[in-house]
Formats: sequence, C-alpha cells, structure tokens
Amino acid sequence: MSTRLATGGRLLNKSKALNFSFNGTTLKGFEGDTLASALLANDQVLMGRSFKYHRPRGVVASGAEEPNGLVNLGEGGKFEPNQRVTTTELFDGLKAKSQNHWPSLEFDVGAVNAKLSRFMPAGFYYKMFIHPRSFWKHVYEPIIRHAAGLGAAPKDRDADTYEHFYAFCDVLIVGGGIAGLQAAKAAGATGAKVILVEQTAHLGGRAPVDGGMVKGQSVADFITATVADLEAMDNVTVRTRMMGSGVYDHGYVLGYERLTDHAPEMTGPRHRLWRIRAAQTITATGAIERPLSFAGNDIPGVMLASAVRDYAVNFGVSSGDRTVVVTNNDDAYRTAIALKHAGLDVPAILDARPAGTDSDLMTQAKALGIRIMMGHGIATVKGGKRVTGVEVCAQAGEGAVLEEIVCDAVAMSGGWSPVVHLWSHCGGKLTWDDTQASFRPDPNRPPLGDRGQAFVRAAGSANGETTLNAVLSDATACGAAAAKAAGFKSKAAKAPTADEPTERAMIPVWLMPQGAGYKLRSKTWLDYQNDVKVSDVQLAAQEGFTSVEHAKRYTTLGMATDQGKLSNINGLAILSDALNQPIPQTGTTTFRPPYTPISMGSIGGEARGDVFQPIRRTPMYDWHEANGADWEPVGQWRRPYAYVRDGETVHDAVMRETKNTRENLGLLDASTLGKLIVKGPDAGKFLDMMYTNMMSTLKVGKCRYGLMCSENGFLIDDGVVARVSEDKFLCHTTTGGAETIHGHMEEWLQTEWWDWDVYVANVTEQYAQVAVVGPNARKALEALGGMDLSAEALGFMEWADGTLGGFDVRAYRISFSGELSYEIAVPASQGQAFWDALVKVGADLGAMPYGTECLHILRAEKGFIMIGDETDGTVIPQDLGLHWAISKKKDDFLGKRAQQREHMVSDERWKLVGLETVDGSTLPDGAYAVGEGTNANGQRNMIGRVTSSYHSPNLDRGIAMGLVLHGPSRMGEVITFPGTDGKDYQAKIVNAVFYDPEGEKQNV
Amino acid sequence: MSNLVSALDKATDSSGIAVIEEMGLQGMITLRGDLSAESVKIASTSVTGVEMPAQNMANHAGASGICWMSTDELLILCPYDGVADTLAKMHKLLGDTHSLAVDVSDARACLRVSGPNAREVMAKLAPVDLAPEGFSVGMFRRTRLAQVAAAFWIVDAQTFQIVCFRSNAQYVFDVLNVAAQSGSEVGFFK
Repeated sequence: MSTRLATGGRLLNKSKALNFSFNGTTLKGFEGDTLASALLANDQVLMGRSFKYHRPRGVVASGAEEPNGLVNLGEGGKFEPNQRVTTTELFDGLKAKSQNHWPSLEFDVGAVNAKLSRFMPAGFYYKMFIHPRSFWKHVYEPIIRHAAGLGAAPKDRDADTYEHFYAFCDVLIVGGGIAGLQAAKAAGATGAKVILVEQTAHLGGRAPVDGGMVKGQSVADFITATVADLEAMDNVTVRTRMMGSGVYDHGYVLGYERLTDHAPEMTGPRHRLWRIRAAQTITATGAIERPLSFAGNDIPGVMLASAVRDYAVNFGVSSGDRTVVVTNNDDAYRTAIALKHAGLDVPAILDARPAGTDSDLMTQAKALGIRIMMGHGIATVKGGKRVTGVEVCAQAGEGAVLEEIVCDAVAMSGGWSPVVHLWSHCGGKLTWDDTQASFRPDPNRPPLGDRGQAFVRAAGSANGETTLNAVLSDATACGAAAAKAAGFKSKAAKAPTADEPTERAMIPVWLMPQGAGYKLRSKTWLDYQNDVKVSDVQLAAQEGFTSVEHAKRYTTLGMATDQGKLSNINGLAILSDALNQPIPQTGTTTFRPPYTPISMGSIGGEARGDVFQPIRRTPMYDWHEANGADWEPVGQWRRPYAYVRDGETVHDAVMRETKNTRENLGLLDASTLGKLIVKGPDAGKFLDMMYTNMMSTLKVGKCRYGLMCSENGFLIDDGVVARVSEDKFLCHTTTGGAETIHGHMEEWLQTEWWDWDVYVANVTEQYAQVAVVGPNARKALEALGGMDLSAEALGFMEWADGTLGGFDVRAYRISFSGELSYEIAVPASQGQAFWDALVKVGADLGAMPYGTECLHILRAEKGFIMIGDETDGTVIPQDLGLHWAISKKKDDFLGKRAQQREHMVSDERWKLVGLETVDGSTLPDGAYAVGEGTNANGQRNMIGRVTSSYHSPNLDRGIAMGLVLHGPSRMGEVITFPGTDGKDYQAKIVNAVFYDPEGEKQNV
Repeated sequence: MSNLVSALDKATDSSGIAVIEEMGLQGMITLRGDLSAESVKIASTSVTGVEMPAQNMANHAGASGICWMSTDELLILCPYDGVADTLAKMHKLLGDTHSLAVDVSDARACLRVSGPNAREVMAKLAPVDLAPEGFSVGMFRRTRLAQVAAAFWIVDAQTFQIVCFRSNAQYVFDVLNVAAQSGSEVGFFK
C-alpha cells in the first residue's frame, strides 16, 4: 500500500494537518502536500479512468507532465475539471472528484471497452463512423458522448476574478530549478533587469531530491544561498507559482501566475496572466523522465522512478511497500537508494543494460543489499486496479517469464527528455542527442528576433545537460550570454563546481522486451490519457500514416490535455522503428503554447461583467436609462431603441413615438453621429474626392447631403456636410462610421495626397446633438429663445451659430424624417442641461423623446436610405437611385472609375424600390423575392430582397424597401416573397417615398 | 455656466488598492500642424507657459501644458474656462500657417489613479513599461487602457493622469476599479 512515512517530507509542515475530500470521503494531509501526495498518503492510488477504455488510472508523475491524475476540482462557481493532482496544492476543505467513470471509480461499466480493445484499434473512430450514416445520430453520438471524455463542464458562472499584467525586462528566465537560479545570478550580476518565474511553489527544482554537493555544501544549502543572493539584488524579481506558458514573436512571453489556487480564502484575483516583453528569454525548464514501454505499464502503481523518489523525499510518502525499479540508466538507482534509506523494500532493480563495470550509484545500491538484474526487464505487470507483481524477462528476448516478483509498485525510468517546448514555440530547432537518446535544443538554430538575433536560450537540463556540473556551468554561461545579448557588460562569471557520483551511460530502450509479441505490445501503453498503445502506432505506420503529424492525429497520440509530455518521444521511437528509419528523420510534432493548459478566465483577464466590453455613453445616457430606454447597441454605443412606458410593449412605444413625432414633437439624442472637422486650403478639393457630390462649391452657412464610396465604388457612408468657413468643413458621418471614416480620410491624406494641405480632427464627442423634429419643432426652440429660426432666417439645409435658452449652440436645419427638423449641437458637458430645457419647454407642445426604431420608420416612410440596411458593401449609389448625388462635373472622386465597370453599369443590377404588401401586413426583413424557374443548383431564381421593413403607424400598414431586378421599370407589379414561416408574402412594387412625397412638411 | 457637468461629475472610488477619481472639466485643444514651424511652437508655448515637449513627452504647469500626440499633433492643456480665449490667441499667433486648432475639452474626460499601487494598477491595463526607470515624470503615452484608447502621464511618483474619450469615461473608471480590486497588489515595481 501507499502510505505516509515516519520520516522525510522536506516540503511538508507536519504541524499543520488539513482536511480534504475525494469522491466524498474526508481524508487528511499536511500543509505543503500536493493533492497527489496527499491521496497517495491515504492509499488512494486509483485516481481516475482513461478516456477510451476506462482503464483504471493512478498517478504516474509528480509534476506538470502528469497524464493520469486528473480530477474535477471544487464546486459551483469554483468548479474546474481536468485539474492535475500533481500541480494542485492541498488546502483545507479541498473537494476533488474523479473523472470519466460510471457509475463509480471502483466499478466502471465503461471498462468493458477495454475488453473490446482489440476491436477498437487506432483510427477506430474514423473507420467506424463512416457507415451507415443514420447510425451516427442514433447510436454512435449518444454512446460515445457518454463514454468518452474527461472532466465535466462547469455549470455555474466563475466566482473568481482574473487580471493581466504587463512587464518588461532584459532577461526572463523560465524555470526556478538550479539552472534557472544560477542563470539568474549570472545575468543579475551584470545589472540587467531579470525576471525568474517558477511554476511550482518551491525554488530549486529536483536538485535537492537528486542530491550532490556544490562548493562543499549540500545542493539544498547551495540553493538556499543562491536564492538569498537573488533576493538581495534589486534588479532581480523571482516569482513562484508562475508558469512561463508560451514564447511568441518579438520576445513576448506569457506568464501564468496562480495566486489563490493554493489558498482560496485569499482576496484578490485567482490568476494573473503576465504579458512580458523580454529582450532575452532563457528556458531553464528542466527535463521530463520517460516511461518504459512494457506490458501493463499503465496499471496504477507503475510510476516514474523520479516521481517515486519525489514522493518519498519531498512529501514523506511511500508509493508502495515493495517497489521494483526498472531502468535503462543510472538515475533510477537514486530512487532505489532513496527508498532503501526510507526503510522500504526494493526487491530488485531490473536494468535493461548489459552487465558491465559498476558506476558509483550501482555500487551504492549493491552495498545497500539491493538485487540488481542486468539485462533484464519486465515482461508484464500483474494486477488490475493496483500492481501486485511483475514478471521478469530478458530484455533481449521475446518475453519468456524467468521469474515473478511480488511487489505493489514499479518505478520505471526510460531516460530523460529535455523540456524543449518553450524553446520550440517560436521556431527554435532541435537536434538528436545519441548519448542521451533525446532531442535537445540546437544552439545553432535558435528562435530569431527582429534583427535576426537569437532571443531564446536554453540552460541546464532543458539544454540537454545531465550532470550537476554541466548544468551549473551551462546555466552560468547562458545567464551571462543572455545579459550580454541584452546589452549588458558581462563580468567573467565563474560556475560553481559540484561533487557528484559517476554514472554509466544509458542505452535507449523503446520496447521491453525488445522482441515483445503482439499480445504484449497491445497491452503496452504509450499515451495513458488517450489510450494509445505500441500496437496502435505500429498499425498507423502499417496503414500508411508515415508522417509523425499524421500518425499523431490518426492514433490521437499526444493529443490529450497533457499534449504527450510523457508519450511523444516513446511514440515516435516506435513509429521510427516501424518505418525503419532513424528517430531524427521522423522528427517531432509541433510544440505549441501553452505549455500546460491555462484558465480561460486568465485569458479574458479583467474583461467580464460590467467591463466585458466598453459601452460608450452619450451625455444624456443616464436620463435615457431613467426614462425607460430599451437599449440598442450601435457599435460600442448604446442608443435608446425606444422609451418604453408602463404598460407598453416595446412595439407600442415605437408606434407611439413615430406617430407623435409626425403629429407633435420628437426629441432624438443624435450625439453619436460622427463629426469630423476638415480644414485647410485644400479641404474643398479633398472633400470633392471623398464624396461623390461636389462639396467645394458649398457656400459657407449651407449644408449638403453627401455620399462616400470606397475606391471600388461601393457606398460606405453618408451624412450632411456643413461649410463652417472658407477653409473649414464639418462632415457628419453615421454613428458607426465616425472612427472608420476618420481613418479612411487620414489614410488617403497620409499615403496618396500627402502634399495636400488638409488636417482632419474627430470632434464627435465634443458635442451633444439633439434632433428636434415635428410640426412643433420651431415653436419649442422659439420658446427657448435667443436666435431667429424662422424659415427666412434659417432655410432648409442651412446652419447658424447662436444661443438658445442661454446655451451656445450651432443649429442645423436638416431633416432625416421629412418633418420640420433642427439638429442642435451644444458642448457635451451641457448636453443634459440642454436636453432638460427642451423637455421642459416641450411639455406643452407634446414633446416625447424617440429612439432609433422610430428614426428608422420615419426615414423609411420618406424613402431615405440607411447605410447598413440598404447597403451591405455590394451596393453602389446608382443601385439606390441616388444619381442626383453623383457629380458629373468632377474629373474624379473615390469610386468613380469603379462605377464605370461593366458590371456596375449593368441593367441586371437590383435597384431600390418601395414595396407594399397587398394585404397591408409587414414583409419579413431580409426576405428574398422569387422569380420564374430554377438556377443551376436547382434553387428557385431570386429577383430581389427586402432591405428595410416596418409597420408604419402613420400609414397604418406595412412599408418596405428592397432591391429588385429591373425594379424601377416594374412599378405596380406584384412579386412574391416566401417567408421562413412558410407563408408567401405578395408585395406590389411602388415608389419608395411613402409619406408626403411633395416634401411639404419639412419646408415650413 | 452652472449647468456644466463633466463625464462622471467627479466620481471617486477608493475601495481598492488605489484611488480612482474623475477630475472634472479640463480645457483641451487639439493642435495639428508642422511642429517644427515657428508659429506653431510660439502658439503652443506662449499660451501654456511651458516648453515644447520632445517625442513621447509632455510638459505641464498646473492646468496648462503641452502633450506630444504625434509627429503633427499636440494636445494643449489650459483651464476649462479659458479655452475660448486660448483658442483665439492661438489662432492669432498661427496666422496663415496651415494648421488646425480645435476645442476638444468636452470630447474627453480626465481621470486620476493615485496611491502607492498606482503604477501597478495602470500596468494591468496598458501595454507600457511602467517601471519607475521606464516611465517617469515628463513622459507621455498614447496607448490603450484595456479595450479603449487613452493617453496618460505621471503627475507625481504616485499619481497618473489619464485622458480618454468622454463616452468611455465610465468604462475606464470601472475597469480601473477592477484593476484596483482589494488584494490584487503585484509587488513588481521596486
């Protein structure tokens, strides 16, 4: 059984016991435990079930690479699936549940899949689900959905908060192991600004567990001293619980800091995503031990040798009473020695290497009385939910069982692979190291920055170094070199020297035993989380998936949440063997960020709730809110769609507002309309190019409606231009167009007409603008008093500066409704006061505020187009019958040449008309009209579509505009619009001006 | 006029790790022109009483100042009630020089973030090196705060002044408060 030892546990605070629960059972651990070590201490070896076969799964590693120990963590708003037990720090009250089992972890019906595993080989899903089609919906989908998958999806809103943080430094070091610390010291000594981040809560990495002496002191003491040195440097920042999760172009690195995961009672954000710009990045990310591929290597109790050692030394936890060590290298001997020292039994070390000279570690193991069997390996592991023994065989053979050893744990080591992920994220290349049988960073092909300079360096084990001395000297040189590359003078940094035992070279072992037959290979796991076996990869190769990227996708090797941290190298070694080519020729799959999954919350940062996205507010926003505004988003603005009164529906309110504006007086907050000042000696010339109409001839004091097209001739914006003075114009744009049209103007001025003397400024928000609309408009303004607004003094399409009710205003007499109408601009800080004054004087004149939907109906009644309704980026002014607004006198304007293209002048273009339903109902917006016959695809031919459609309360019927083939020459014809409701709508083609066609109402 | 109201009417919040305040009305004039032209320099410096700032810098004296916005744009600061006079003076000094000077006081809002954690709060929202050695008094940045455009400078070691669009004032105020939530000290700037 696995249990807590009386001794050991250097990371524990044994004076502080913690309670936690697993699948509802309350268990005890200590402060400093991970969930993994605490579960093992309680003999909870079985932690979950695998993705496909529902095989029992126990923890295999002790760090971020863990594929098996995944749990549903927390409850309600704190719930999160797929949390690795090895990286979850224990806290009091932690609640964890195992995943992917039904009905229970101990008894899982889905495990029958494992019995059927020979019928579910690689590519099973692809092969199975092709035929018959109907099976997908009724059989496969429901069953697979139920059987496959890992954690549950959260149901509640996340109760935590998150944030971002921007940081800049000269040298960023990812990894706080001995290499990272040493590199930080070397870089820090030059005066460079250094940030070191470490994903766990502890600095020093695994060096204190592996042992050795540095500068005559224990490696643990050396680390303590180095950390103290770093703390004394003002230019060095060390952060723990922060993972360097991705390296991107231009030295951009994401750091994922977990602030309260270990102590949920703390206030403040849960995670902080650091967005770091570093001149140089050092990846001191260590190495990951590889599993060995033997039959039954996925049975709970089979663990990495380093993990078994970590649990014993760091957490005082034994993974089993009797542990068989199986290895192809010397490092695993450290585990055997550590277990012996902890008073545990190690019945044998099965060393796949042939017999030879003993290294220091082998001698030590022998001296402790451990039986060492050279040239041997495991034929198969016995046990179901727990290891019960191993069958020993010769590595060189086919798996004939020589003896059986009873044990309850297996510590395996297939050698070490440098963590090259961050080196590779931005293009760093790898080279194959035959001695260590691993890929390591190729220093000659690093990730390159903007000037072709290397901006990532690997240090220590991450760089492929394996001995303490090599790691320390590599890290020292790397730290100094990075600082130098960042522009700092490096002092001659001297690496400390270490005393460490000699080690015998490892030999690569990709399959155990070497000649394992199909039966063994089909029980030999490569990817624990996704249930990929040696036989699956071999089948993929046999079926022609020879590219490593294809084989990965076909078998799902390395595609689980652990992204194959343990399985990739073993898998591609098997693939290489099957393809009969060397491993470097097979290559690796692509390493992509993040290194391990980061929370969605941290990516979103502060952007949630009220500040999910910016909401732009006009000066009268609060008044609208207090007076029943039903809001409509218009870009980032919020505009009232209608002001809904008690007892009204939104539709009722729109109808009331529309009638009232025509009959009495309507007030519209038009502040959001874009206002661009265009000034300079060439302003008129410039606007002649921007607009289809002639603007340079506009007289000071006058306004003109203008159309703007892209260089491809399509309508992009419209609005009223006022000439303020000889060299100054004010251009109104649509609400959504203010920023884009400003950018459009700047682009042409900066790139094409850079020699024209014109400046543009966006003054949209300087003014609150109120449209005063309806028969009583003039009366209301006259009641405010201060300037002459008579028809004689201020004619239609004129503007004047003056005062109204004591406010300095600019009054435009313009109309988007066909009514007598003024738009009054006041400084934004007086917007609310001016609105209040209008509401007050309007009380006796039937004034009501109106929203955007009323505005739409009023303009549609008059046949006025709306950018975004009648236009969609494919419509030219000629389609809309706006020839009158296209100057024929000008040599050029943006869009002119495009509008002469053959397709643009075709008679077949759909043209704007009015549409009147035969029965007075309202046409569905966006509906298409159908003509005779069908097209090449067998679809009914389309002859037009609805662009705007409303119920007009003033005409008491549905009105619409639409683009129709040969529309203007088909007046009076009735065409058919099939609705999505199954009904056919009949509509007559009419003139688009439905209301007051003579324009009498606005000219009073 | 008594009916003048700034975007957030001087709202303030000190519930978090920094104090967030809307500053009320500030006179602001956008000046576009050739920044090397003598008349542009004189028009800017004589109405503000400060020197022309270098690129990415700003010079201030009380409510007056000049901020470098781009290679052909300055933001002139002056007391709110003096904008009309200042503009008139500037127009006179600019004379025939091709330029554009326009009142944008009401198009913007000014906010302040203050306290020992002000730098950190700002560094959560703006992609700018805000370490004391990276951003100091006299510097000026046009950048973004979370999702909206903003510009800012340092008033003193613990105070940032922000200029944003008026319509975004509430968002900026709210997002600063989120960034200043209790318990969110970073401890990065030394």
